Amino acid sequence: MKRCLIIDDSSVIRKVARRILEGFGFAIVEASDGRQALDACRKDMPEAILLDWNMPVMDGYEFLRALRSMPGGDKPKVVFCTTENDLAHIARAMHAGADEYIMKPFDKEIVQAKFQEVGLL
Amino acid sequence: MTPFDFDFLCKLLKERSGLVLTHEKEYLVENRLMPVVRRVGCATIAELIQRLKAPAADALKVEVTEAMMINESFFFRDKNPFDQFRDTILPELIEKRSKRRRIRLWSAAASSGQEPYSLAMMVASFSRLADWQIDIVATDISNEVLEKARAGIYSQFEVQRGLPIQMLMQHFEQVGEQWRISDKVRKMVQFRQHNLLTDLSVLGMFDVVFCRNVLIYFDQATKVDALERIRRQLAPDGYLILGAAETVVGLSDVFAPVPDKRGLYRPKPKPLAVAAVKPGAAGARVA
Ligand SMILES: C[S@@+](CC[C@H](N)C(=O)[O-])C[C@H]1O[C@@H](n2cnc3c(N)ncnc32)[C@H](O)[C@@H]1O
Repeated sequence: MKRCLIIDDSSVIRKVARRILEGFGFAIVEASDGRQALDACRKDMPEAILLDWNMPVMDGYEFLRALRSMPGGDKPKVVFCTTENDLAHIARAMHAGADEYIMKPFDKEIVQAKFQEVGLL
Repeated sequence: MTPFDFDFLCKLLKERSGLVLTHEKEYLVENRLMPVVRRVGCATIAELIQRLKAPAADALKVEVTEAMMINESFFFRDKNPFDQFRDTILPELIEKRSKRRRIRLWSAAASSGQEPYSLAMMVASFSRLADWQIDIVATDISNEVLEKARAGIYSQFEVQRGLPIQMLMQHFEQVGEQWRISDKVRKMVQFRQHNLLTDLSVLGMFDVVFCRNVLIYFDQATKVDALERIRRQLAPDGYLILGAAETVVGLSDVFAPVPDKRGLYRPKPKPLAVAAVKPGAAGARVA
């Protein structure tokens, strides 16, 4: 079973995303900020990461840069999922090593399309 | 709505667009007609139907027909046919048309433009085609969707279902909450109002026809007829691409499925008797 780490400081969003991704057969791990998420990755690197941008402690962008420079951190497919809905943010995220980008609000079809796009479904 | 009213609408729609309605769809018909009822100042659907029966109701008939259409579309819908277009069809055509350096593509029920623009974005990614003439003709029966297609402006929701983020970055610009396709891609597509039930020869010959998620709404005879007429506009070594839930198998013998390539069809070679007909005769017939 593929594992997906959901990183978002909103428990509501995590719950919605969890329900969608469990529906696609993922085993879910949750983190509410970038620091927690890095710890989770050190313990057990997931195949997929759904990543919010704005979070306390360590934001999604910093997390991504840290992830991509740690051993094995190039493996997970990272899909940003954020309210930062402008081209400048998208370009920054892709440049830092994101694989896809979801602009909130999202729904099941969007998550499905984006996960298919990066070969996770 | 009375059964007579419903039958009248079915007949109108079938005649005009080929679309077949079944009785379970009655609620849907009412939902879609109510905005028209209000717009033209009728009180009820019954009154609208009375007006449709009056002489010179042609504009109203067009409006009602358009309101009944299912226009849903996505960029790179179902992904697989577009991957095949990029990986199999285009490379093959680049070889075969290297003398003429011209390729003609047709999106035969283009709706709000996602399908032809998806093709245009793929073509744009082939640097070898930079100095070729690539015609992308996009037709639909509905002027309303074509207007949206020509504008090339899509909601955040629409650009996230099937459009890879790299393509969004490369080919779209942001206008407020919406996304507009670049002029470069927009200009690659010619949009034309055209009904698949009418003469197709005016559109010319094509190398590839995307006819997706429209035949599915037609009855058997209309499908067969449309497929035969599409066949006449397709180069003998061209391709037809149907929707994920559509097939020609058991329906028409003018196309054959391409083995191992789901959704792709090639015209069957013409029988000798037909090949002997005077040049110019084929393709000119009006249905
Ligand atoms: C569901 S959309 C398909 C859009 C696109 N091909 C796709 O697969 O995403 C069907 C379209 O067929 C158009 N249509 C219906 N009857 C037609 C006809 N007789 N001739 C041309 N277009 C027609 C409708 O207006 C609508 O835009």
